[in-house]
Order: sequence, then structure tokens, then C-alpha cells
Amino acid sequence: MSPILSVQDLQVTFDVRRPGSWPWTPPRKLHAVGSVSFDLAPGECLGVVGESGSGKSTLARAIVGTVPSSGGKILWEGQDLAAMDSTKRRTHRRDVQMIFQDPLAALNPRMPVGEIIAEPLITHEPNTPRAEVKKRVAALMERVGLLPNLINRYPHEFSGGQCQRIGIARALILKPKLVICDEPVSALDVSVQAQVVNLLMELQRDMGLSMIFIAHDLSVVKHISDKIVVMYLGRVMEQADARALTTVPEHPYTQALISSVPIPDPRREKARKRPVLEGELPSPLSPPSGCVFRTRCPKAQPSCAGDRPAMIDLGSGHRVACPYHEAQQVLAAAI
Amino acid sequence: MVYPDKAVMEGVAQATGMAEVKGRSLWSDAVTRYSRNRAAVIGLVVLIAIILFSLFGGFFAAWSNEEIDWGRMGNIAATGAPSFENGHYFGLDDLGRDMYARTVQGTRISILVGLVGSFVAVVVGTLYGAVSGYFGGRTDQIMMRTVDILMSIPFMFVLILLLVIFGRSIGMLFVGIGLISWLDMSRIVRGQTLTIKNKEFVEAAIATGVKPMRIVLRHIVPNLLGIVVVYATLLIPGLIITESFISFLGLGVQEPSTSLGALISKGASQMQYGVIWQLGFPLFFFLVTLFAFFFVGDGLRDALDPKDR
Repeated sequence: MSPILSVQDLQVTFDVRRPGSWPWTPPRKLHAVGSVSFDLAPGECLGVVGESGSGKSTLARAIVGTVPSSGGKILWEGQDLAAMDSTKRRTHRRDVQMIFQDPLAALNPRMPVGEIIAEPLITHEPNTPRAEVKKRVAALMERVGLLPNLINRYPHEFSGGQCQRIGIARALILKPKLVICDEPVSALDVSVQAQVVNLLMELQRDMGLSMIFIAHDLSVVKHISDKIVVMYLGRVMEQADARALTTVPEHPYTQALISSVPIPDPRREKARKRPVLEGELPSPLSPPSGCVFRTRCPKAQPSCAGDRPAMIDLGSGHRVACPYHEAQQVLAAAI
Repeated sequence: MVYPDKAVMEGVAQATGMAEVKGRSLWSDAVTRYSRNRAAVIGLVVLIAIILFSLFGGFFAAWSNEEIDWGRMGNIAATGAPSFENGHYFGLDDLGRDMYARTVQGTRISILVGLVGSFVAVVVGTLYGAVSGYFGGRTDQIMMRTVDILMSIPFMFVLILLLVIFGRSIGMLFVGIGLISWLDMSRIVRGQTLTIKNKEFVEAAIATGVKPMRIVLRHIVPNLLGIVVVYATLLIPGLIITESFISFLGLGVQEPSTSLGALISKGASQMQYGVIWQLGFPLFFFLVTLFAFFFVGDGLRDALDPKDR
């Protein structure tokens, strides 16, 4: 099956000016995303994990088109996003919708939820009769588990989980092909997280959506994704099938991430030896030379500071960016 | 468990038949909060009373604002004091005209100046600031530097020149005040827009493909209106003072029209002849109007921005 979305060697760079610098001094480059590649098949869910500041959200925004990419290609149904004219771009906007991290901040506080959910519909099909719009909004609200008679309420009258459902309804009203979820559950408490994740999975299955699911919690991502990309400081460390990545992680960073997930059994949790990552994420303005992870890597060698490690293909879609990779069996029950 | 489960879905199906719940917008919350603020409510009542007075006070006047009471004209200090018997409720002015009718007329002009000025500020300033802030970059630079330049021109000097060159008329005064009143507003609005445009709901709208101008009008401006309303209310008394000052200098409204500033100016110059009512009544309405506007503005600020209290 041909991929619906194909990201090839994507790079996103931001110009950073020091406050008070002269207009003619060249700005410093911040490489938020450096050479990310993946394919996404229709109906598939890709998980993206990494700690804060690893460029996950920037990647999402580059695919949606709110942040310009500075290198590489994003192919949407085989067409380069950067080369699209405005009409094609509009249909792309229609087919790719986004769900945001902070459920309340993503909703305009001055609009009733009915209008919020209807906005994409009104934007792309301005001639839809009002009764029809209302009917579709009500049906969708019901679908995501909201009472349709709350259509005139305002966002501040809802709880966080309900707000996220409103955000999901807004993303789905145009029946998009791809939904990008930017940490949709990080701001919710655990029981609500499960509800929202299950709702998303169910909707994905029923509507045949492709999905990119971004999170920093590997256990959530594993639950929902078919494939997982692990990012660190804007670079891909490892990508593989969800199962392979969580059972036999090759990259030291992935191993550290997995070991940081607690086991819900105190005895086994106590008996487990876990390598804890030390130090902080380096500044993306001056990333370490060579492998960006080497400053915190337990297996770092002197040669890691040299060239940027190439992606090594281990077969069946498992790729890892570490020459010293070594499969480490993790407890299957760990996550 | 797959959510929503069966029981929940049944509940949803049941509730589907229910009537729509009316939402409480942030505006209706603000109205509730405003009505709990006693000083602000009193301010609003006083303000409405003054506006009614300026609009309909003329119907209760025994004398029009142009008639001259020839019988009392020669001896105003002795016979022109406020009295209900001869129909001069607020006394007579130095030319024998009824002060009540004059005060009604002056209050009307002063409030009109304030309202027109702040209306221009709200419309022009909000759109200008929101567009400048939202589009950012070079557009923002050019638009804001233009405001800087306009602000650096000594306003009073230009206004006086305008009035001297084009003749002293109330229309010219409106133009002059309208020209400057939106500058501050546009800056405040731009600053607010910069914070609002980075909110996720604006990003959601961009990602959906909503057109930029529509984002400004539907997402940015409604979220700005709180601060705009507050600033506009607090701007009105400032404009009334400006107009009064210009009229006090003798450059504002011209006879036979008048404003509170012009009346106060006249009254102040006649004070020494024992006709204190000529100063007292216009001054009273001037102060009460300003106080009412300030109280209303403060009340609105508290009501619309409960976090900053």
C-alpha cells in the first residue's frame, strides 16, 4: 500500500536572535528537527516519543504546515507539500487535522463549543446549511461521548477530559485522513487518559484514520501505535514496530526510556536494575558533535564525538542510529 | 473497557432528547460580577441619569438656551440666582441666558466628544493593533513605527493649528480628537494580540486553514474586547478633559454652542462678581460625569479580568 504521508529527511531550523543584537548579525540556527524520515500507511498509527524539547511538536507542526520546513520533503499522497499551490494546500489542510496538548487552551474561550467544533466545516464548506452543520456537530458530539445538548456551552464550563473530546470532535468533523495528536493526554489525569486514548483508538479503527500520536509516555504510545519513532534533540534515535521497539530496544536511549517506565508491581519494581539517565538535555542551539546523545549515553565511546551516526537498518523496518547498538531484552511486563 | 461503554451511551441517547442547555459565556459571567460591584452599579446609574439629563433635560427647561431674560440681565448678581419661581433652576449666566438649559447643552456636547473619540479609538485602534500584532514581522514594524511618529507630534499644537486654520467648529474638534485617540489603543491592543496569537486555539484555526483576516476577527478581537472596553471607558473622561481644556483656552466649541469646559471657563471668569452658580453647576456635572465614567471603567476592569484584582 502506498503511504499516505512520507517524510523524507525533514529538517526544521529556527533563527534565534539574541535580544538586542544588531539586525545584520546573522542569527543562530536552532535545529529543532534534523533528518527525520518515516512513512505512514493509511489506517496506521505512528507513535513519536522523546523527552521535552526533542522536537516532537515541531515535527507535528511541520507536517500540518504551521511551521516551515527548512530541508527535506514532506510528501502528502505523493505530492510535495512545499510545492503545492494554495488550493491543493487547502485540501491538505482539510485532510490533516490536529489535536492539541492543552485541552482548554486549544479552544477559543469566547466561542460556544458548537461553533468551535463547526469551525473547520464552515471554513471548508461555507455553503453548508446551518441546520445541517448543527446536525453534524450534534452527531459528532455524541460520537465522542459528549451530550449534544451542551452545544451552546462555553469551554470553561467543561472539564479537561471533556475539552479534549471537544478538540477531538473538531479534528474529526471534516472526516480527515490523518489526525496528528500532539500529546493529547499529557494534561489529563490517568483515568481520563485511558478514556481518551481508548476513544481515539476506537475512532481510528471506525473511521480508518491514519494517526501520528506524540507523547513522552512510552506506555501510552505503545498501547496505541503500530510503529514508534524515538526522538532525542531533534534526531531520530530508533524507529521500529511498536512491539519490536518495546520488547527488544536496540538504542541505549530507548532502553533508558523503557527502563524509566515503572512496573505496577512493587516487588518486581524493586528487584529491577534500571539505568537512570543523568544530566540534562543539551541546548539545541549547540548540540554535541557526532551523536547528540553521547553526553548522557552509558555506552558512549570516544568515536561517538566524530561523525553523526548513520541509521543502521536491522531489517523489517527496525532502524537504529547507534553503531554500538545491542538488543537488550526488557521485561515484557515492563510496559 | 472501551469508553463510552453501553450504559454511558444509553445515557447519552437519553439526554439527546433533552432541551439544549444554554451556555454561560464569559460576558454573562462578567455581567454577574459587575452587578455585584456596588460602586460600579451606582456609577452606571449616575452615568445613565446624566446621559438622560443631557438628552431630555431640555424638555423641563422653562427657558431655552438662546433666550435672554432681558428683565434680569442688568443685575444678575442680585436677581439671577437659582430659583424655581422664575424658572431659572440653575440661575442665569453673564448674558442673561438660562444656566439650566446651557448646562444641559454643554453636558451633551462634552459626552458626545468623549463617546465619538472613544468610538474612533475602539474601531480604528482595535483593528489597527490586532492586524499589526497578528501579522507581525515587517507589517508590524511599519504600522507601529507609524504610530510612534504620530505619537511624537505634539498633539495640542496640531489641534490648535487645525482649529485655527480650518475654523473653530465642533466637527474639527471631533476630527482632531479622533486622530489621536486611537494611537494608545492600537498599542495596547497590539500587545494583547501578541500574547493571544500564540495561544493554541489560534494555532488550531491556522492549522485548519481559516483565513488570516477571519482569525483576527473571530478569534483575536473577541478575546481582546475585554481590555478594549475597559480602556475605552477610561478614555472617555480623558477626552472630555481634553475638550474642556481646549474650550477653556477658547479654541473649542463656539457660541452659541457650548460645552462643560466652556461653561466652566466662563463661570471661573465671573466668579469674582458673586455669581458662583455660573461655575458651580457646570463644574458639578463635569466632576460627576468623570467620576461615573471612572467607576464604570474600574467596575468593568474588575468584572472582565477577575484574575488581576
